[in-house]
Amino acid sequence: MKNREILLLLLVAALVLSAGMFLAAEVKEIMGAGATFPYPLYSKWFDIYHNETGIKVNYQGIGSGGGIRQLQAKTVDFGGTDAFLSDEDLAEHASNPILHVPTCLGAIVIAYNLPGNPELKLTSDVIADIFLGKIKKWNDRRITKLNPDVNLPSLDIAVVHRSDGSGSTFCFSYYLSKVNTEWKNKVGVGKSLEWPVGLGGKGNPGVAALVKQVKGAVGYVELAYAIENDIPYAQVQNKSGKFVKPSLKSVSLAANINLPDHTRASITNTDAENGYPVSSFTWIIFYQKQNYSGRSREQAEELVKLLWWMIHGGQQYTESLLYAPLPAEAVKKAEKIIKSVSFNGKAVLE
Amino acid sequence: MKWGKEGAFRGVLLIGTLVIGLIVFAILLSLLWGSLPVFKALGWRFFPGKNWNPVTDNFGALPFLLGTLITSFLALIISLPLSLSIAILLGEFLRVGRGSSFLKSMVDLIAAVPSVIYGFWGLMILVPLMRNIEIKLGVAPYGVGIMTASIILSVMIIPNTASIAREVIKLVPADLKEAAYSLGATRYEVVRKVILPYARSGIFAGVLLSLGRALGETMAVTMVIGNANEIPKSLFAPANTMASVIANEFTEATGDIHYSALIAIGITLFFVTTVINLIGRYGIKKLAIEE
Amino acid sequence: MTEKGLKVRLMKDKLFKFIILSLSIISLAPLFLILFFVFERGLKVINWSFLTQLPKPVGVAGGGISNAIVGTLMLIAIACLVAVPLGIAAGVYLSESKKTKIAYFTRLTVDVLQGTPSIVIGIIAYLWIVLPMGKFSALSGGIALGLMTLPLVVRGSEEVLKLIPHDIREASLALGVPRYRTILKVIIPAGIPGIVSAILLGISRIAGETAPLLFTAFGNPFMNLNIFKPVNSLPLLIFNYAMSPYEDWQTIAWGASVVLILIVLGGNILSRIVVRKWQVQF
Repeated sequence: MKNREILLLLLVAALVLSAGMFLAAEVKEIMGAGATFPYPLYSKWFDIYHNETGIKVNYQGIGSGGGIRQLQAKTVDFGGTDAFLSDEDLAEHASNPILHVPTCLGAIVIAYNLPGNPELKLTSDVIADIFLGKIKKWNDRRITKLNPDVNLPSLDIAVVHRSDGSGSTFCFSYYLSKVNTEWKNKVGVGKSLEWPVGLGGKGNPGVAALVKQVKGAVGYVELAYAIENDIPYAQVQNKSGKFVKPSLKSVSLAANINLPDHTRASITNTDAENGYPVSSFTWIIFYQKQNYSGRSREQAEELVKLLWWMIHGGQQYTESLLYAPLPAEAVKKAEKIIKSVSFNGKAVLE
Repeated sequence: MKWGKEGAFRGVLLIGTLVIGLIVFAILLSLLWGSLPVFKALGWRFFPGKNWNPVTDNFGALPFLLGTLITSFLALIISLPLSLSIAILLGEFLRVGRGSSFLKSMVDLIAAVPSVIYGFWGLMILVPLMRNIEIKLGVAPYGVGIMTASIILSVMIIPNTASIAREVIKLVPADLKEAAYSLGATRYEVVRKVILPYARSGIFAGVLLSLGRALGETMAVTMVIGNANEIPKSLFAPANTMASVIANEFTEATGDIHYSALIAIGITLFFVTTVINLIGRYGIKKLAIEE
Repeated sequence: MTEKGLKVRLMKDKLFKFIILSLSIISLAPLFLILFFVFERGLKVINWSFLTQLPKPVGVAGGGISNAIVGTLMLIAIACLVAVPLGIAAGVYLSESKKTKIAYFTRLTVDVLQGTPSIVIGIIAYLWIVLPMGKFSALSGGIALGLMTLPLVVRGSEEVLKLIPHDIREASLALGVPRYRTILKVIIPAGIPGIVSAILLGISRIAGETAPLLFTAFGNPFMNLNIFKPVNSLPLLIFNYAMSPYEDWQTIAWGASVVLILIVLGGNILSRIVVRKWQVQF
């Protein structure tokens, strides 16, 4: 019967198509998810990497919390996070440790929307009180005292924070907890917090968008987002008492700590005299023993090659994208970590 | 044997049918299983809890219950006069004709526009407008918030009530209306005193369906509600609904209790919408209305 | 009836008609506003390269939505594969055996499934498919969308098949055709336009769904034809770009919205045409 033949033909066509789809599976792809802090850099990096090597890296900016969770759920090859895992978190993965490799440095800036785009000076206590909701207007005495030359309007302060699980939130709250006891007790440190006031934006882009649009808004975003979108940001007083403007230079200066071998360290509230106090590394996290969940040796090799490129070849692109490159010491420690990645007991990197 | 083929055919049909029931049961079980941890940790205090604190693992569903209920009911209130007007227009005044079918298609089109486009349009056009209004009202000019979300929702749920109400209004027996007209009633009086009372239960069923839709709406709300995990302080304040908090936090829930709390919110949402929807559908079936 | 009383009543009547008309216009206004804005801002972005290029990284101008269009089509195809066979089977069963307990129970569960919020379906797809598979994929997104289309196909098929007059069925049975063949070869073919119409309506509905894809299809900056890998889609792209601060991304989102609305509109219009043009006249 004619119908039967047509049906058979369709079936064969469908089988051929699906076979094609299966075979297409062999195009190499690496999946990552996490922080939006370095997203502008990573999206450029992976585009360049694709042009140079043909490998497709699919990185979705769902927030550091997402990066950590999806790596733990083993649905991605690597995670991106500016909130490093604590010793307790890592203890849960003792059998297959999660390694951290830093990729670049950035700054969390206090961005705001005020007429005339003035450059403000802020102290840590003032910042804490703004985000605690205690300072409600821009022409509050504590702000005008620090900025006598600026004509601050009687505008309500509209706080903007993150609505998703964020490493930027982690870095910001880590800093505030170090310098302000009320913040430490009331809100604490974390990727998701119980914010006393404010609106939530999704990702660094979401916060930047809200700050850009709402008059009187103030929010915390990574430096690149503020510069890319022409949003003014504040000079923050650091530990030495100086008001430091966030920049690639002041961020690099803040990274002058003794980096531990596992590279998990916060560089907020830096001792460096001209360092910006709310700076941070951002990391790629992945499993040390790559032979899990049916992964192939090839996948492990591609991941390791990508990581190696990010800390070496990729570093030349950081500054033009408004991120600070890794200090030499961090690169050395990262190399050691990458070399420790194993597959079935053998090191992946020869 | 012919019985073999007949039986096989029936078997296939039966399996297909039962699979659907199984799927729904499985959904319920999965959600229950996923919410167990948070209920073990917090018990019934989860529901009236006001805080949502991932740092201390203290989770409470109240802000989202309120956010969902307030936005949905506000949307209903705004949309009801609008849906009823269209229903009356198409069910009584313009029952047939090209104009009528054109308008009917337009109403269906409102329902067809994807939620994310409503949200996008809301974010780009409505939110700045709300900011200006809020400045004039002397309220914090966020632009995003409960009010904005409710307005967008109200537009989206117009078709649900409008189509059901229209059909019910059409079903009002002609003799009842003609009896009223023959007594000298104006059109307004016939609508008010004959049609609407008769159609009351059908309209109510339509309203329940709109409510069900509003309760579960995710994308448009997430984009314009301001994403604040707290009990809204005013109608213009930012907030979160059950659906939007899940959309925001699910892929990155920090810790197992947080994750479980979100699933618990999911099952709550599931229950509330299911109950409302079933009551609405039951009403429609009883009145034998065509949609 | 006093003269004055009559006047008042007539005025109320006129006022009423005015209010109904105005409110109806207000109800439709947002729709036209949305369509206007979307097309005004989106049409100027659309050209051949927009439709065939991949998105560019942050800060680089240009780029297109090709992978999102392909992804949306893939997801729709997978959803249909899931929903159509199951849905038609259940629809046939329900139209044939109307009063059994199974029929009652099934109708109930179909209603429940239809009312389930899309975000809950997303959670379920994540729990059932993404976690066990260990990765995000177009498959999980397609299955989630399929679950949402399923009730529409079931109800659509059931309604259509119920409407087919009994004489046709009885004529076939009188000729000695067994019941199952009657259904397969006579009833269903007669109902195909209506069933196709219901499927097209379902497709228009899920083409724009975003929530279930947040935890399943995940997104992909590259083109992807493999159902076991993550895939981009129009609603996801619009969602991400709309909430960003970059103006060129927002412009791309308008363009993508135009494409999405055209797909949805197309599905709706097609479903009406199919019923009108192919409807078997009895």
